[in-house]
Amino acid sequence: MYRPRNVYMISGGLTKFKKYNYESDFRLNVKKSMDYALNDIKMDIKHIDGSVSAYFSDHFQGQLIAGAMSNDYIGLSGKPSKRIEGGGATGGLAFQTGYEEIASGNMDTCLVYGFENMSHLNTWKGNDVIALGSDANFDYPLGGFYTAYYALMATRHMYEFGTTEEQMAMVSVKNHNNALYNPFAQAPMAINIDDVLKSPVVSTPLKMLDICLMSDGAASAILASEDVAKSFTDKPVLIKAIGSSSDTMRLADRTFGDVTLLPGEKEYKNLRYPGIHSFKAGRLAAKMAYERAGIKNPEKEIDLAELYDAYTSAEIQAYEDMGFCRYGNGGEFIENHRSDINGDIPVNMEGGLQASGHAIGATGIMQAVYAFWQLQGNISRHFGNNKLQAKNHNTGLIHSHAGTGAYETVTVMEAL
Amino acid sequence: MEKYSKVMKTDPLVIEWDYNLNYIHSYAQDSKFFVYLGRGIILGSECKKCNYRYGTYRKYCMFCGSETYDIELPLEGKIHSFTTCYYAGEDFINEVPYTLILVEFKNINSLFMSRLVNKENKRVEIGMEVKAKFKKLQKFNVNDVYFLPA
Repeated sequence: MYRPRNVYMISGGLTKFKKYNYESDFRLNVKKSMDYALNDIKMDIKHIDGSVSAYFSDHFQGQLIAGAMSNDYIGLSGKPSKRIEGGGATGGLAFQTGYEEIASGNMDTCLVYGFENMSHLNTWKGNDVIALGSDANFDYPLGGFYTAYYALMATRHMYEFGTTEEQMAMVSVKNHNNALYNPFAQAPMAINIDDVLKSPVVSTPLKMLDICLMSDGAASAILASEDVAKSFTDKPVLIKAIGSSSDTMRLADRTFGDVTLLPGEKEYKNLRYPGIHSFKAGRLAAKMAYERAGIKNPEKEIDLAELYDAYTSAEIQAYEDMGFCRYGNGGEFIENHRSDINGDIPVNMEGGLQASGHAIGATGIMQAVYAFWQLQGNISRHFGNNKLQAKNHNTGLIHSHAGTGAYETVTVMEAL
Repeated sequence: MEKYSKVMKTDPLVIEWDYNLNYIHSYAQDSKFFVYLGRGIILGSECKKCNYRYGTYRKYCMFCGSETYDIELPLEGKIHSFTTCYYAGEDFINEVPYTLILVEFKNINSLFMSRLVNKENKRVEIGMEVKAKFKKLQKFNVNDVYFLPA
């Protein structure tokens, strides 16, 4: 019987994400993000029962067991702690692990923090290290790397559904321009579709401006049980439900079957699913989260979302996987401005991985912090302006990928 | 301690650390696949219980856990998807541009990832027929097989 205790997010904090941050190491970045979260609700570290740390690669840090090192640095030595790793979904998985710590009754307050300092390796060596997160027998030795894997998926999505490079470019334009108003973002840019289309091709059809950033940064989220949440804040946000799933690591192993339908969704005829055009793990994670949250129509009931836009194509695919539109309509979804800040489901209002940054272990927690501030209606307090505050902010969704969707997480959060 | 001594920056102090390792990589239970590439054979796998036929070699069925049987894959197939890489990870940057494809084979349920060598610069598209070609000098990695337009 699935019967978790209610879990609330009560505070969040971030460092600014940067390309090179040699001034502070991962421990200090974690401390800065945690202090932001603690100070925001005037909470003391002694009130934290334990922690979950998140970072992706020992190669980036040049340090193993970096979670334990962070833990004593920030003053949690002696408290229970564990490290979670799951590729690009590391932060998303850690956030859900923090949820489980509270839901199970193991803790009443839990600090979830994530970090990555990726500038210790040059960009192309960094791509090699990330590519080792693909099959080292069959995929990586071909010269496989993550842009190429997502590009193979994007090529097939274009073939199946007629998605265009212009539509992908629109995602980049939206996210980079949104980031202009986010002081934590790494790469705010006033760009247009032409700028994206003319940026150097990395792996057809994906170009430089279709691809996320490598970042240094950290993010922290403080979770609490119902008993204690209200003693720290008047505006806790309920973590309504978590969902997660997995798929084959190798794209070549993906299956071809029927579409997994979300609540209320009509059947698809003649669509072999997921193949490599879509992310079944994302769909299954969403289905689990929606069923637990009692969501019957995600298109109508989700007000805002932080989707995993490591590549612009992946944001379009995620609109479909999450059920914001039917499979095949993702390109139209961006083209019709439905994911704009003033659209009916704003997505990546703060810039997403494209422009806010992708310090891998921090990313899923960064998404949670942004969603939390959105749902509290507090964007102006943290950003110094209100440009990115979504108008409707009752129910939010955060989503992350590992690999090409080998792990995926979907978490639904709700303002009280 | 020479490998810790190259100063890149002084404020903050940043040094370059020569962090290298030679990894001893075993193909273990996948070894036969790589050995057979030298014989001009691409091995796939079949589960007798599920009747699922894998385009990428694996010793156990991912649906039922049964041990699979080796099968020989056809040497001709079709492009299921493709991408041409103009950048790559550092280890492959000298090889760009190169094209990666996912190949679909007749009567095989899943795909196989490989490189397409396209010297005549034919227009690459989904559905294009391709044929396998094997390296003359076996290097014992997955690049011992590659594909050409048929």
